[in-house]
Amino acid sequence: MTAPLRVGILVFPGSNCDRDCQYAVTQVMGTKADFIWHKESTLPQVDAVIIPGGFSYGDYLRTGAIARFSPVMAAVTRFAEAGGVVLGICNGFQILLEAGLLPGAMLRNRSLSFVCKDIHVRIESTDTPFTRRCKPGQVLTLPIAHGEGNYYADQATLTRLKAQNQVIARYCTEDGKVTLEANPNGSLDNIAGIVNDAGNILGLMPHPERCADALLGNEDGRLLLLSLLDSLSSRIPVSVQRAR
Amino acid sequence: MKAKVSVTLKRGILDPQGLAVLHALSSLGYTGVNDVRMGKLIELELATHDQAGAEAEVKAMCERFLANTIIEEYRIELEA
Repeated sequence: MTAPLRVGILVFPGSNCDRDCQYAVTQVMGTKADFIWHKESTLPQVDAVIIPGGFSYGDYLRTGAIARFSPVMAAVTRFAEAGGVVLGICNGFQILLEAGLLPGAMLRNRSLSFVCKDIHVRIESTDTPFTRRCKPGQVLTLPIAHGEGNYYADQATLTRLKAQNQVIARYCTEDGKVTLEANPNGSLDNIAGIVNDAGNILGLMPHPERCADALLGNEDGRLLLLSLLDSLSSRIPVSVQRAR
Repeated sequence: MKAKVSVTLKRGILDPQGLAVLHALSSLGYTGVNDVRMGKLIELELATHDQAGAEAEVKAMCERFLANTIIEEYRIELEA
């Protein structure tokens, strides 16, 4: 019998979605969850790492700017470079950008307001460890809650992201049209989530862990969490999955 | 020695805060303002008195941490 799957969840001062992620990992995915404090310089034996949402280090200087230099992020970088699966949600996405594990940067929402509401995203690539249970073009309803979700990358980076199918989710209307009106934060090309070029790191602004239980009235987040579960269970290296 | 670092969004990146202030100034009658860029001012108290060394060190701090050069530019002013 193989060892049970374990998902590490980072905890920074100011993380506030770590418990929600623990619930999603244990109750929805049915795997073990390990909290990992930001001062740890090595990771325990885990199959994936989630960087949860929140306001790490008070979002001082820039969102994620201080968290990315924490000891645990050096360990996460080594884990990711060895092909380990990493999911950064909201502040987790911002930290991954600051760490340079994903390309681009976050600007303040164009409206200058903190936006907390349900939005729709279109799944643009199902060829990732995080979206394999989705249908191409499937529209999911997911909650967002952020003040800095206005994704920015220079033109060359955007072109590369698109050419390599690294844009995973884009803000859209309920029927899947990617429009200016459906963009809640001014994000470049309506980008809500991207993967790195190897495909093992996902940064996502919406919160799948907040909508993965029928009790909360929306289970769309399950698709992403169960996709991750499938990927970890199959234990197939991401590079092999992506290359097909 | 003191260093003042100002960090603003790069030219070409929309600065909604600056734009809001520009509009407010114009509605107050200050119509001669063409553009407003908002940013951060970071004041550093440095232990060193070596101008060249300080400049190199603060530049390194900006590149690595104080500014995100994907979206921001910075300016360093040193005061003895």
